[in-house]
Amino acid sequence: MAEPVEHAAHFESAERQGQAATLGMWVFLASEVLFFGALFVIYAAYRTREPRAFAEAVAENTFWWGSGNTLVLLTSSLFIALSVHMLRSSRARAACWLVGATVFLGMLFLGIKSYEYVEHFRHGIYPGGQGQWFADQPRAAAMAAFWTLYYLMTGLHALHVIIGVLLLSVIGWCVARRRVTRLAPQALENGAMYWHLVDIVWLFLWPCFYLTNGGA
Amino acid sequence: MTHPAGPSYLEERSVRSWLFTRDHKRIGVLFLIATALMMALGGIFALLLRLELLTPRPMFMSADSYNRLFTLHGVTMVWLFLIPSIPTAFGNFLLPIMIGARELAFPRWNLASFYLYCLGALVTLFSMFLGGTDTGWTFYVPYSSKTPTAIVPVLVGVFILGWSTIITGINFITTVHTLRTRGMTWMRMPLFVWAIYGTSVIQVLATPVLGMTLALVAVDHWLDWGLFDPGRGGDPVIFQHLFWFYSHPAVYIMILPAMGVVSELVTTFSHKNPLSYLAIAVSTFGIAFVGFLTWGHHMFTAGMSTFDAGAFGVLSMLVAIFSAIKVSTWVGTMYRGSISFKAPLAYVFAFLFLFVFGGMTGVAVATMSLDVHWHDTYFVVAHFHFIMVGGSLTAYLGALHYWFPKITGRMYPERWALAAALLVFGGFVLTFVPQFLLGNLGMPRRYHSYPESMQALHTISTGGSWALFGGLSITLSYLLWAARRGRLAGDNPWYSASYEWYVPSPPPKHNWPATPCFELDPYDYTTYAPDPRGKSDVGGAPDAPGGAPPAGDAQGAAHG
Amino acid sequence: MSFDELMRRLLFLPEAATEFARSVDRLHFFVILVTMAGSAIVAFAALVFLLRYGRKGRPLSTPRVRASVWFEGLVIGGLLSLFLLWWVIGFRQYIAYATPPAGDALEVYVTAKQWMWKFASPSGRASIGVLVVPEGRVVRLIMTSRDVIHSFYVPAFRLKRDVLPGRFTVTWFDARDAGVYDVHCAEFCGTEHSRMSASVVVLPPDLYERWLDGEEPEPVARAGARLRLGGGQVGDVEQVDMAEHGQRLAAAHGCFACHTIDGQPHIGPTWQGLFGKRVALESGDVVRADEAYLTRSMMDPQSDIVAGFQPVMPTYLGTLENTEAAAIVQFIKSLHPGQRSPEVRLPEARVVAQDGGLPAAHRDGAGRDAGSGDRAGAR
Repeated sequence: MAEPVEHAAHFESAERQGQAATLGMWVFLASEVLFFGALFVIYAAYRTREPRAFAEAVAENTFWWGSGNTLVLLTSSLFIALSVHMLRSSRARAACWLVGATVFLGMLFLGIKSYEYVEHFRHGIYPGGQGQWFADQPRAAAMAAFWTLYYLMTGLHALHVIIGVLLLSVIGWCVARRRVTRLAPQALENGAMYWHLVDIVWLFLWPCFYLTNGGA
Repeated sequence: MTHPAGPSYLEERSVRSWLFTRDHKRIGVLFLIATALMMALGGIFALLLRLELLTPRPMFMSADSYNRLFTLHGVTMVWLFLIPSIPTAFGNFLLPIMIGARELAFPRWNLASFYLYCLGALVTLFSMFLGGTDTGWTFYVPYSSKTPTAIVPVLVGVFILGWSTIITGINFITTVHTLRTRGMTWMRMPLFVWAIYGTSVIQVLATPVLGMTLALVAVDHWLDWGLFDPGRGGDPVIFQHLFWFYSHPAVYIMILPAMGVVSELVTTFSHKNPLSYLAIAVSTFGIAFVGFLTWGHHMFTAGMSTFDAGAFGVLSMLVAIFSAIKVSTWVGTMYRGSISFKAPLAYVFAFLFLFVFGGMTGVAVATMSLDVHWHDTYFVVAHFHFIMVGGSLTAYLGALHYWFPKITGRMYPERWALAAALLVFGGFVLTFVPQFLLGNLGMPRRYHSYPESMQALHTISTGGSWALFGGLSITLSYLLWAARRGRLAGDNPWYSASYEWYVPSPPPKHNWPATPCFELDPYDYTTYAPDPRGKSDVGGAPDAPGGAPPAGDAQGAAHG
Repeated sequence: MSFDELMRRLLFLPEAATEFARSVDRLHFFVILVTMAGSAIVAFAALVFLLRYGRKGRPLSTPRVRASVWFEGLVIGGLLSLFLLWWVIGFRQYIAYATPPAGDALEVYVTAKQWMWKFASPSGRASIGVLVVPEGRVVRLIMTSRDVIHSFYVPAFRLKRDVLPGRFTVTWFDARDAGVYDVHCAEFCGTEHSRMSASVVVLPPDLYERWLDGEEPEPVARAGARLRLGGGQVGDVEQVDMAEHGQRLAAAHGCFACHTIDGQPHIGPTWQGLFGKRVALESGDVVRADEAYLTRSMMDPQSDIVAGFQPVMPTYLGTLENTEAAAIVQFIKSLHPGQRSPEVRLPEARVVAQDGGLPAAHRDGAGRDAGSGDRAGAR
């Protein structure tokens, strides 16, 4: 049974306020798309100039970790979408568990990513073309550009995952404590939208850095 | 004077009530003060630059200091003044009132946006104490990756300001979509709202690209990652593409709100409907959209293909057409109007001349072969100052005077205003027309010393800057005086039919007593004639459930 | 005084010393006069309406006037036609600016660095700050930067081109009138950006010949003195024939260990007849072996390898300066098909491929035709 919902004085109804919150979130996500977009443009420009070097560098990445991470994030998106549905059906407990599962998968993603970074460092691949690995490369310049972009783009993405994990943890905790329930569905929905964006960005990073190895 | 919608928004006086306010009107006033301070600061930098340029040889500034100063001038004027100015001051104050709302969609995010602005400003100004940077406000790589100056704080400051802008943009867009009062369709909104909305769309889409681009330069400079270093597979020209992808729409962020102001001023002071509401609304979006497709015209000499150059050139011509539509509509609005020549209208006239001249020199630099000579010379500097100062600043001054009674409840001294406007206009012309000629002569931008033969023009320009400064100082002085001591203006001293004039001046805390429903469109002057018996315009019919008609009709003139 | 000259005076334009400058000026006059007329018309119309409809005291109600379609159409159509006309003319001129004319051009290598301009002419002297060219000949500038972005700007030629690090940009001019013309750097490049000037000295043919012989004609001296006064960098660089210089450099850096100049393919492609030839790459693309490609081959030899050759060439990035690389390119250019240069001896050297095996030439069992330069690149 729905509780009577209060809304801010300047909105004519709670529904209108909810619409505003959702619209605001969409517009924010649009700005995030453009934020990442700039990096993808640089990637596209540099790859067009040095397609073979980039393809070879992609081959250096471990396909299975990258694809595993894709699976992790896709699953987490499924969970968070389900949790929104649960909360709207007033099944707060189930919603809570699902948020927890999403947070767990997010942290798993970060764990795998950290492991990959450590492996790269072990091989001597650092951003900025620094590191022993570049010394032995015939096409060091192009490789440097690739790996700098790799660290920048996956690093920025990982930062967004961290933010998402923190955000969803807070929201999940609020739901668990039955606090602020009148706002919780909206907050969870917005949090879920953010998480979906994070997932979608990864779906573009995945081919850029793991799949397009030119058949090598 | 009490009012069912609450006391005047200025009533509560504690510092706390201002610093923690969620009232869009107060936040608008806070932004007004902050951005005006930044304009003064940027203006002082400009005066110092022009002073140094009085003589061809170094006078009191080393080349290095000069370079840092023009960078600071650009950064301050663009990001700390022009981009926020009209939207954060007047947009915040007026947008909800104009659409019959009581508040913006996200009042607390609005306050956050103000504090982010302050933080960004502080960080940017803090960089001054570290000597600032010398790359110019355009931060071109590879120089910006290698400059020995303190560039990172400047970049961080601008990055933070970008967040403030984006939050404001999200707030405005959401407000226009969800808080328009009953019966207010898109075609019933005041044109200023269209302008603010279009600006907000650009802000939200373009600013993130700037944020990323500057962040990359900061990373490059601080960590030496060489993302734009040709020796490490990078390309300095991609920086230019990304930078201008934001910065060209940014100039439309700076001019669209000004155009919105002009639409309001022209209709009010001609006491007439706009020649074509649709033309102005459509061209607002035309500018916003096509403006994203023209960035390459900043790079005609950078080595792009002739095909790319041609495409950017023709698109730049197209965007100018939308501005021309607006200008013809504004001038046409005056036809058969009933025109009152007050200071705001004086600023409109200045705008019309300067914006058209500046805009057409924009078409001239968009003509690719001509730009080869003019690129990176004083011709371009003159062109954009004609638009930024002659266009945006002029409209900003017009807005200040027009909405002064709305914001303060008092009137500024008209004669002083007209005199100051004349001085501002004259000073501006003297400052910047010689710069077109300097550009023709071949004087490049960002030059600390120059050939002797160019001194006469530089001298005139510097003299002009003093006149301009004089006019602006006078304006600031009488406005500050009038805010406390000006005569009470009444609710609608301009007899305007636009919706913000339905509420008292200054407005009550919650704007409207009840959800208003406007019977007339905001530019319906067909039956609106203020009472010839000269009764006071104060008060309207505030309790009328159908919304208050324009105050001048309070004494009972027949109303449709 | 002609109309053009009058307008130049009024608009403070410097002389127009090339045909391109003159045609650009004509478009400029067209555009600027219409601009002034347009602003005047708008201001005038507003003023007329103010005078006609202005009122002191309170305003009266006004009729609702709507723009007719023909008014909007006239404004839009008229302006659009005007702007497109300008665009068409400007575009054609821009294409001319971007496309050096075919034919015999004098090539000059320009190196920009903080805060000076260096000019190296292949068959003449090299200098800092003063570029000497003959009257009436097309001059092609091949420019690169040693550090940050600069821009080569000659107001009198209405010419400007950005100069980038890591890349060659090309521009051209055809100066008809002898004289001395200022060059300014037009892209902010650091502290002394405003003093990064140079001069183009256009000499009549006889004086130019004397300059080639090593003299310093009066206009050149004057230009140098004036530049120094203005704080610009001026200097002479040792007179050297670029192609000869390039040959010496190639020998010194071991290029002849892998590249022949008599048409025989060796470990690397032969240099004879290479310049300007279309070569097929390992990747399947076909490129033209121009200055940019040859320089890139020296600096980043692993990219764009010619089909049939192994990726064994070391990089010379950091070893060869831009002017040195340019000199080697000039030497390669001088090697026309069929030419043999008996003075150059191929040094003996064993080159080992990166994977430890023998280079391709040996693996296939030599025996390719001598003198068939085409085969080397076309496999």
